[in-house]
Amino acid sequence: MTPQNSWWSWDHAFAVLPDLLFEGFKITLVATVLGTLIALVLGLVVAIIRRSAPRIISTPFTWVVEFIRMTPLVVQLVFANLVLSPYVDSSLSIGIWVLGIHYTTYMAEVYRAGIDSVPKGQWEAATALSLPRMRTWRAVVVPQAIRNTVPALGNYAISMFKETPFLFVIYVPELLNVAQNYGSTYFRYTEAITLAGLIFLAASYPTSLLIRRLEKKLA
Amino acid sequence: MPENTAHPGVPGVPHIEFRDVVKKFGDNTVLDDLNFTVTKGERVTLIGPSGSGKTTILRLVMTLEELTGGYIDIAGNPLQYEEQGGKRVRIPDKRRRRTTTDIGMVFQHFNLFPNMTVMENIIEAPVNVMGLKKAEAEAKAETLLDKVGMGWKKDARPSELSGGQQQRIAIARALAMDPEILLLDEVTSALDPELVGEVLAVLKDIAAETDISMLIVTHEMQFAREVSDRVMMFDKGSVIEEGLPDKIFSEPENQRTQDFLRAVL
Repeated sequence: MTPQNSWWSWDHAFAVLPDLLFEGFKITLVATVLGTLIALVLGLVVAIIRRSAPRIISTPFTWVVEFIRMTPLVVQLVFANLVLSPYVDSSLSIGIWVLGIHYTTYMAEVYRAGIDSVPKGQWEAATALSLPRMRTWRAVVVPQAIRNTVPALGNYAISMFKETPFLFVIYVPELLNVAQNYGSTYFRYTEAITLAGLIFLAASYPTSLLIRRLEKKLA
Repeated sequence: MPENTAHPGVPGVPHIEFRDVVKKFGDNTVLDDLNFTVTKGERVTLIGPSGSGKTTILRLVMTLEELTGGYIDIAGNPLQYEEQGGKRVRIPDKRRRRTTTDIGMVFQHFNLFPNMTVMENIIEAPVNVMGLKKAEAEAKAETLLDKVGMGWKKDARPSELSGGQQQRIAIARALAMDPEILLLDEVTSALDPELVGEVLAVLKDIAAETDISMLIVTHEMQFAREVSDRVMMFDKGSVIEEGLPDKIFSEPENQRTQDFLRAVL
């Protein structure tokens, strides 16, 4: 063992790495992927409802969306955990749904912009062909809207990935939580927290490059 | 002078009927108490200065605009509104679509679906509105594409094609629904001059070979003269003169028609 007081210990670094990767990072990844899927699907549903439903339905939707966007994710996590933990065993599932619904409100805005960018002439051509409303959405509008939104949606997915450490507050054993646990057990925080940060960087930087390339390709 | 390909029409059978039609955009009255009839198989061209409401008439027939007042009947069926017990009642979208299935429209800016191939553009409505099997719809689309001279581009995307080619495909797309009424809204206005001819040639063929009723807004006066049975001159939302194309184009009576034709010819 290297001396206890040195600021960096490779022994500790190697000791914590497997837990970080195979427990913490795994949970972080699961939360991000499922949270993103929820947000991608619900975001589109919300955007379509806000655009096409009668005002009596779309206005309350707008309030809810604004409320979720204007309150912090951490507060939502703590609140949801408080209310739901008697009924739901897994704090991970609560966390995934809160993340998913929180980002639904952002992705809905992205979809809305994408839908607005579809020219009016496309709707008119669909009417001229007597296409039913649902078919117009599915075959004409949504495919064109999504094409314009892929980069922005990808950026929100990365941003969600970087906010998964907030799951810490409801005791989900994600990356940061695993690092903290190691730190408090051995009184060695530097290695665990540094590696957790590096793992985040190693995952999100290449992903953002990929999205940037996609953006160029779609433009 | 080119041969007149106009179709005589079936006299007395109203296909499109405007009754007391009013259309306002906000405070701006575009059409004020308009009445006219297009009989079955008739080709009617609307001419007049821009802003006179010609395009609005086509858009009303296609249900792209909502009537402010009055009624439009298609083959005797109410299109947007009907009278029920002395009241003017809006017809729901679903029922409107049943009527519009018989109406096709070609737009100034083509409006092909860029996310679909040429073939997919054409079979979209036949498959999803008329319920044709995909193979049937494709066979029919091939025939139509050959007719407009675009069979060799059926797997292309609209963005890979010239304006004239896109417009010919838009015509094929409208015809794929077997329309009884075809609305042509300034279909050559967005085209480079050298591409206008190919589109008009296709339309003249269709006019000669079918008995589809047509309502046409165009600035191509020679084309209007060749295909129309009747020309209606619009100004400020009402018909100021109408008649046979030869009459309107050669000896217009109204002073404003004379001025307009002198400016565009």
